[in-house]
Amino acid sequence: MTVALAFDHLSVLYGAVTAVDQVTAEIPMGAMTAIVGPNGAGKSTLLKAALGVVPKASGEARFFGTSLDEARAKVAYMPQRASVDWDFPIRVIDVVLMGMQRALGLLRPVRAADRAFAMDCLARVELTDFAKRQIGALSGGQQQRVFLARALAQRAQLYLLDEPFAGVDAKTEAAIVRVLQGLRDEGAAVVAVHHDLASVPVWFDRVLLLNRRLIAAGPVAAVFTPDALRETYGGALPPLQAA
Amino acid sequence: MIQAFLLQSGYNATLVTLGAMALGLATGAVGAFLFLRKRSLVPDAMAHATLPGVGLAFLVMVAFGGEGRFLPGLLLGAGVSSLLGLWVLQGLVRGTRLPEDAAIGIVLSTFYGAGIVLLTYIQGLGAGRQAGLEGFLLGSTAGMLREDVYLIAGGGVLVLAALFCLRRVLVMVAFDPGYARVLGVRPAWVDAALMALVLAVVLLGIRVVGAILVVALLITPAVAARMWTDRVGVMVLISAGIGGAAGFGGAAMSAAVPGLPTGAVIVALVFAGFVISAIFAPKRGLLGYLRRAA
Repeated sequence: MTVALAFDHLSVLYGAVTAVDQVTAEIPMGAMTAIVGPNGAGKSTLLKAALGVVPKASGEARFFGTSLDEARAKVAYMPQRASVDWDFPIRVIDVVLMGMQRALGLLRPVRAADRAFAMDCLARVELTDFAKRQIGALSGGQQQRVFLARALAQRAQLYLLDEPFAGVDAKTEAAIVRVLQGLRDEGAAVVAVHHDLASVPVWFDRVLLLNRRLIAAGPVAAVFTPDALRETYGGALPPLQAA
Repeated sequence: MIQAFLLQSGYNATLVTLGAMALGLATGAVGAFLFLRKRSLVPDAMAHATLPGVGLAFLVMVAFGGEGRFLPGLLLGAGVSSLLGLWVLQGLVRGTRLPEDAAIGIVLSTFYGAGIVLLTYIQGLGAGRQAGLEGFLLGSTAGMLREDVYLIAGGGVLVLAALFCLRRVLVMVAFDPGYARVLGVRPAWVDAALMALVLAVVLLGIRVVGAILVVALLITPAVAARMWTDRVGVMVLISAGIGGAAGFGGAAMSAAVPGLPTGAVIVALVFAGFVISAIFAPKRGLLGYLRRAA
């Protein structure tokens, strides 16, 4: 089992509040891993801290056995849709091209081949017809898929996705899952912050249960148990999902 | 007047007009990126904070027996003073619970007050040839030396070149700083580069447009340009175009009509560009809105 990402006693503080507490876990290649836990459990924060978007209080995250700086070319990220201003004057295709920034550098102009690859990424999320639209003209689910296409454009081996299914309809959800399963089948590691407990066993291979501290991590069959869920959610577990 | 617009009212007036156009191009382009980064008010504090530096630099140069109006020297003082203002501003935002708008208000008024005290004191001294200093308040092209114009125009071209190199990372950090960081683009560095370019155009602009009005040349063309397009690149070009046209027109008009204040005319022209955009821009303008409502 090749480890794509290892959290090692990773902690994050927001002021005096411990948002993530000493999390140690490993994310393997060739699997889809869900990060699951109640609101405020530090799921997004765990990803952001690993990526250096928010500061770590202690501990570290190692990517492919090395630092993020060494491994950056292999790591793709899809932030929450709500994290940006969708009135920004930019077209869909240009957002996708952002994913290729490491290849483009500061000065190299965008060539036809770059555009063609960005269009391939848009085709994989079924947005070919929207390439020249302003991003604000898209529905929430379409915006989510633009961010996924941008992550695909990074040609990474580890995909970290922050709530990729938040606020999307069932059809979009299924389309996104197909893309992610395709990445997994090519051998990549896919990690998604996820809310819908019912779909975890259907779509994901592995699960990481988090409530500030790590409750459990491992294959869904072994870890995704009523007892572990009760421990993760406290008394707040919805009855349907506790069954 | 027509002669001035056709650049036929003498070599110096022509030079000043082209210099003001270069300044407007650079300021409009920088302002577009600043507007997208939602930091449009910061240069107002930076511009007002230049004034104490102008006064102190004048006094230092006179004390050493030099000519107080040496523009590069005055701009050096203005730059140091403006950076100090920016530093205080960021200290207030990070070190206290003050929101940025309140901190801007504090820095802007305090530095401006100190600058006025100094400039008034200098005028009372009668030292050196201080006649040009009030130009830093409201802007003036009267009495500008040829070297001053070269400095302003050359600086404007350098700013445009730097913007061209940084365009992709500036857009990325303005749109999605967290994502930029994951790609290895450091938002703090990109923001610092943007602020350096803002400082550069503020310094180039205070002699022509004045410390009080230079912010208008940063904000208004960008806001007007945003109405015409949904693409960053096009928006930057339109913003630069509005700034450049206003700089050209304002300098030409004040060359043709003695006593017309250059800075104020440039800002009035920029505002005219904004009004035209607000009415006629197809998607975001008033007429388009009325047509869709009908």
